[in-house]
This record gives sequence, structure tokens and C-alpha cells, in this order.
Amino acid sequence: MKGNTLTRRVVAMSLSVAIAVSGSIFAVSSAKAADVDLTMYSWRVEDKVFYEDVIKTFKAKNPGININYQSFPSADYQTILMSAMAAGKGPDIVHVRAYGALDQLVVPGYLSPLEMSEVKGLNKYSKDLLNSQRGFSDKRLFGVPFATQNLGIFYNAAYLREAGIFSPPKTYPEFLEQLKKVKASGRQALANGGSTHIEQMWGTIAPMFYGGTTFFDDVVDGKKTFTDPAFLKSLEAMQDLFTYMPNNATAVSYDASRALFFSGKAAFFMGGIFELGYFRTQNPKIKFNFMATPPMTPGGKQFVSTWADGGYAINSKTKARPEALKFLNYLASKEFGQNFTDTISQISAVPGVRVRDMTLGKAASAQTKFGTPYIMLVGFRYKNPTGSALLQTGIPNMLNGSKTAKQVAEDVNKGVGAWFAPFAGKIATP
Amino acid sequence: MKKRSIHSYQKPWIVLFIAPALILTFIFTVIPAMTLLSYSLFSWESFKRIEFVGFANFERLTQFPFRQDFTLAFSNNVKVFFLLMFVQTSVGLLLAYAIYTLKRGKKFFQAVVFLPVIMSLVIVAFIWKLIFDPLFGPINSLAVQMDWPWLNQPWLGEPGMALYTLIFIGFWRWVGFPAIVFLAGMNSINDEFLEAARIDGASEGQIFRKIIFPLMAPSFTIIAILTFIGAFEWFELPYVIGGVTGQPGGSTTTMALLFYRLAFGTVDSATVDVGMSSAIGVVLFLFVGIGAALGSYYLRKREVQQ
Repeated sequence: MKGNTLTRRVVAMSLSVAIAVSGSIFAVSSAKAADVDLTMYSWRVEDKVFYEDVIKTFKAKNPGININYQSFPSADYQTILMSAMAAGKGPDIVHVRAYGALDQLVVPGYLSPLEMSEVKGLNKYSKDLLNSQRGFSDKRLFGVPFATQNLGIFYNAAYLREAGIFSPPKTYPEFLEQLKKVKASGRQALANGGSTHIEQMWGTIAPMFYGGTTFFDDVVDGKKTFTDPAFLKSLEAMQDLFTYMPNNATAVSYDASRALFFSGKAAFFMGGIFELGYFRTQNPKIKFNFMATPPMTPGGKQFVSTWADGGYAINSKTKARPEALKFLNYLASKEFGQNFTDTISQISAVPGVRVRDMTLGKAASAQTKFGTPYIMLVGFRYKNPTGSALLQTGIPNMLNGSKTAKQVAEDVNKGVGAWFAPFAGKIATP
Repeated sequence: MKKRSIHSYQKPWIVLFIAPALILTFIFTVIPAMTLLSYSLFSWESFKRIEFVGFANFERLTQFPFRQDFTLAFSNNVKVFFLLMFVQTSVGLLLAYAIYTLKRGKKFFQAVVFLPVIMSLVIVAFIWKLIFDPLFGPINSLAVQMDWPWLNQPWLGEPGMALYTLIFIGFWRWVGFPAIVFLAGMNSINDEFLEAARIDGASEGQIFRKIIFPLMAPSFTIIAILTFIGAFEWFELPYVIGGVTGQPGGSTTTMALLFYRLAFGTVDSATVDVGMSSAIGVVLFLFVGIGAALGSYYLRKREVQQ
């Protein structure tokens, strides 16, 4: 009997708690019936404050739409995002990368396609930028491009002066001469190491050797392959630079390379303009400049590897597509684009945005004048093995002497040829 | 000796006690293993299943470029196993014997030896990465200061050296575990055997070789099996230090790293290939499962009862 009484009491209490909880939930949901809560995922941990400010501004104009910005470390972002999407628990708004990494989300249908008419001003974006937000096979548009990037050479003028150099190189041979002179003075010429980011270093000089967009188009059309003599020259050119990299360069990590430059202990750093904000944050006192890779001869042709960084997209399973679309429209506005460029020192994809920063302006100008697709990222990162993976493995092996440039190029041909249709029949079967 | 029989009233209790473990094993081992096998039999585009392809993914493992990657990864795992097995077990045994014979400070040295084992592997990896950094690390700085070119090496940047440097780090971090297991094995040996041997005039070396060593066979079985499993599923250390592409030049790639690279892709190098990664997972699962079972069976047969 005692047991029964206790059971009844427990049941009664549980029911009361359940009623109270459901009542309060109901009350809260009634009060906030008009509010829509959205989540946005991004890999831009360093831009969290910026995006939270953007969301505040957006909310002031669109009351009732709450956006929770969640950022994850860049290296793990794709894994976290893909897993969340596969589990049907992805964010409403997705900060997506471009090209091959975007295609990984397009193929399983995780992203909602966009009509040009749905986002104001999208028709003013360049064709190349919009193409970066289309799938490999599915050519519909899936994202609003957010930034453009390019590779080039950062240089520390004060450090160069210490080595007796008073102006940046005007030609590529002069650049090599300056590297030699800096090294001879007992200083560190190049900050770059030999980690996976060595592909970026190669991408900074490569188009000058293989001939930029003409070669890119020929390879994409299958008219040429990577064993083309011009492409081999681009690989061999890395050997010349290796001499000027830090001691034990193959073991120097990307972070260490960047630290070497922003701490003022190296003359040049070859990499992406996206480092600008990072360098300034890490060492606000350092003064440096940025230049496009100089031409082979005075006044000769210049090429700068350029690409679209990514975009803003909508989860195909979101229950609040209209609200997410409103936010995308805001992210495509000139107001946002200008704020983006001014605040985080990157070149916004929004047409008509003015670049006020001198250094960033040089990069933007180089993109416009000399831009050529960053070959492996734009064209050959869609399936395994990617052109990037083959180069990231091949170049260090070439630098340590275990492979020749030709062998590296043959590996790229064979690897990419395994999935890239235009190479069919042109590559010897391994 | 009469064999104890199970009474019928005991059976429900036995089922009751075994059931939770069986259910958990089924949910977290059997189902994922079967899922992995089924995934490996299909072609995939990103996370989208396309069609049944039988063993085509396994065939691709034997073709360019996966053949090279897979062979390299497998041979790296083999090197890791043999080197860790030899060095870690020998040094672990020596450490255990040294602590066992100590008259004072046993607890202190046990703690010191075991300390790296309880440290987070990720932290250990980052610390050693800094120590071996050619620009900012103490080893290369010391080499420059002392003008010792033999020490001034790209420890983690030379394909012929990086894997061995990783093995050294792995050894440093894990050697305390076999040491403690061996020490426990030594402590469990009946003192009467040792006293009898000493009365008979046996030297400490003879006691170690003829009594302690054979009676520690169960400890060796545990260490051998765990080292085998750990070596072939080696992931965290190469991932943190060499990244998902097994830098430098792919030389630190292991099977688990290759599996991860193809399962989830990377930001700037690989794309998702669920079929291939599942095929690698199946091979790894079978190899480790069968290897551990055979090793366990063979080693247990050689164990000596006290």
C-alpha cells in the first residue's frame, strides 16, 4: 500500500512538472511567434566579431530574424559541415568554399539552388565569380560569392634596405638577384617553408612560366597536359627558389614561415593577399608591401593566380529559406561589401566596392590587370587525387631530390587523368 | 578436477549481465562494421550513394595512384609496429625492471615514467612539433649554437626522417604503459620462486631470464596485441604533426590517415571518396581483427602458469 501511495505521488508530481514545463514553453513560443532563429556556420573564426556586427546591423533592418554565427577551425570545417549536413542538422546559412569543395555539398543535394532573380545585384557579378559557386556537373548557382583572392609577393622594404636594396624588383630575374643579395648579406631572403602551402608558393610564380590563362584553357580543354615543357619549367623554377628558403625548409611549417615574415626576419613571403589582415594583427608595427610577381622582362606579360574564395549559401533543408534569402541579399549588398573590405582587409566580391587600403588596392589592381585562374584550385580539385594533392606531395619530393620535375608532372597527369575526362586517351595508362 | 556446471537458475543472470555489453558491441562495433562493408561495395559522389559496384573500390586500391598511397601507408604502419614493438617493449621492460629492483622511490619513478601516457596526445604532438621546429625549436637552435651540423636536421621535414621522428615521439609518449604493465607482471610473481632461486645461488641475471621473463608472458601478450592494434590504427600523432596529407611529401601517411583523408576530404587537397575510404576501413578492420586474434591465440599458448 505504501509503495502504491509513493508511486501515485511520483506520477502526480511528474505530471505537474510536465504541465508546467509545457505551459511555459507554449507561453514563450507564443510570445516569440514572429521570430525566426537561423544558424550560420563558417570557418572564419577570426571574423566572428565582424560577422556578429553584420548580423546586428541586419537585424536592425529585419527585426524578427535572429542569426547565430558559429565558427569552426578552418582545417576541420569541411568535415564538421559535411557531417552535420549528412545528419540533417546543418545550419540554415552556410559559408561555403568554392569549386571542388563546394561541389562536395552540391552533389548530395545539401544546398538550395539560387535563382539570379532571388538575390538583388547578382547579375552584376562577373561570370568567373559566379562559376565558382556552381557544381562540377550541376551547373546551377548555389552561393553568393564573398571574396576574391590572389597570390603575390609580400616584401619588407626596411629589411631589404639593410641588405642594400632600395626598390622592389621590376623583373623576375631581378627578383632572383635580390634574393641572392639578401642571402649573401647573411639575412633570410624567403620566409616560405615546404609544407602543403608550397603549392601557393609555386602558384605565385607558375603562371609566368606556363603562360597564364592560355595554358589553363588549353589544359582544361585537354589540348595540353601537365608534361608540357612550359609547365615543367614552372616546377623547375622552384629549385631556384629553394636555395633562398630557410635552412631545413622542408620542415618549416606554414605558421613558422608566416611568423618569420611578420616578425621582420625575412625579406619576402610568397603567398595570398588574405594574409594581409593576419600579418597586421600579429605585428601591428611591421611595415610591409605587396606586389604582383614581376614580369620576365621589363614591361613583359604578368600573371597573377586569382580565385574566388567562397560564398554564402542556403541549406536545402532549412525551414526558413525566405529569411535566409533575405540575409543573402544583405550579404550581396554594396553596404556589406564595403564594410567587409574596410574591416577585414579582403577584397569583397560585391561589384563596385572601393578598396581604400593601399596594399590591398595593389592586390585588387593586380587581379584586374593580370588575373589568371589559380590552376589547381579552379580546375583540378574536383575529384581524388586532386591536382593540388599531387603537387603538394610532388614539389617537396622534387626539392629533396627524390623526384624530378618531369616525374612530378607525370604523376599529376596520371592522377588527374584518372578522373578528368578531357585527358582521356592522352595519358599513358600506369 | 570436476568441471563446474551452470545451473538453470543461473542462466538468466548470466544473460542479464552479458546482454548490455553484447548490445553495446552490436551497436557500436557490428553495425558500423557492416555499414562500412556495405559502403565499400558502392560507388559514391561526395556523400551520395550512386550504384552497387561489387569489389571495384578494392580493385582501385591496387591501381594508380591509390596503390602507391596504400602501399606506402601500409609499409609505414608495418615500420611503426616493428620499431615500437622492439624499442618500446625493450625499454619498457628495462624501466620496469629498474623500478622493480629499486629499494626506495618506487612510487615516484612509476609516476614519472607513466606521466607522458596520461598527457593528451595532441598536446604532446604540438610540444614535440615545436621542439623539432627548425627555426624556433631548441634542438636546431642548440645545433647552430654548438656548430653540430649532424643535429641540425629537418627532423620533421625530410621524407626519410620524418616517420622515424614520429615513431620516437610515439615511443616517448607511450613507453610508460608497457613499463607499468611489466612492473605489474613482475609484482605478481610469487616471491617464493625468487627466494628459492636465490637460495639455490642463482644470479640476478639468471633470475630475470629464467624466472621473471617467462612468468611475464601474459604481460607480453597484452603489450604485443595493444602495440599491434595501436600501430596499425596510428592516426592522431601523424595527423597533428604531418597533417592529413602526411607531410612531408606524403611520407608520414598511415592507413588510418589515408582513410580519414578520403572519408572527409581536406580544405585544399583531397575530396570526399566514401567508397575508397570504406574499402580501406574494411581492409584495416579485417587485418587488425584477424592479426590481433591470431597473435592473441599464438601468444597465449606460450604463456607459463605460475
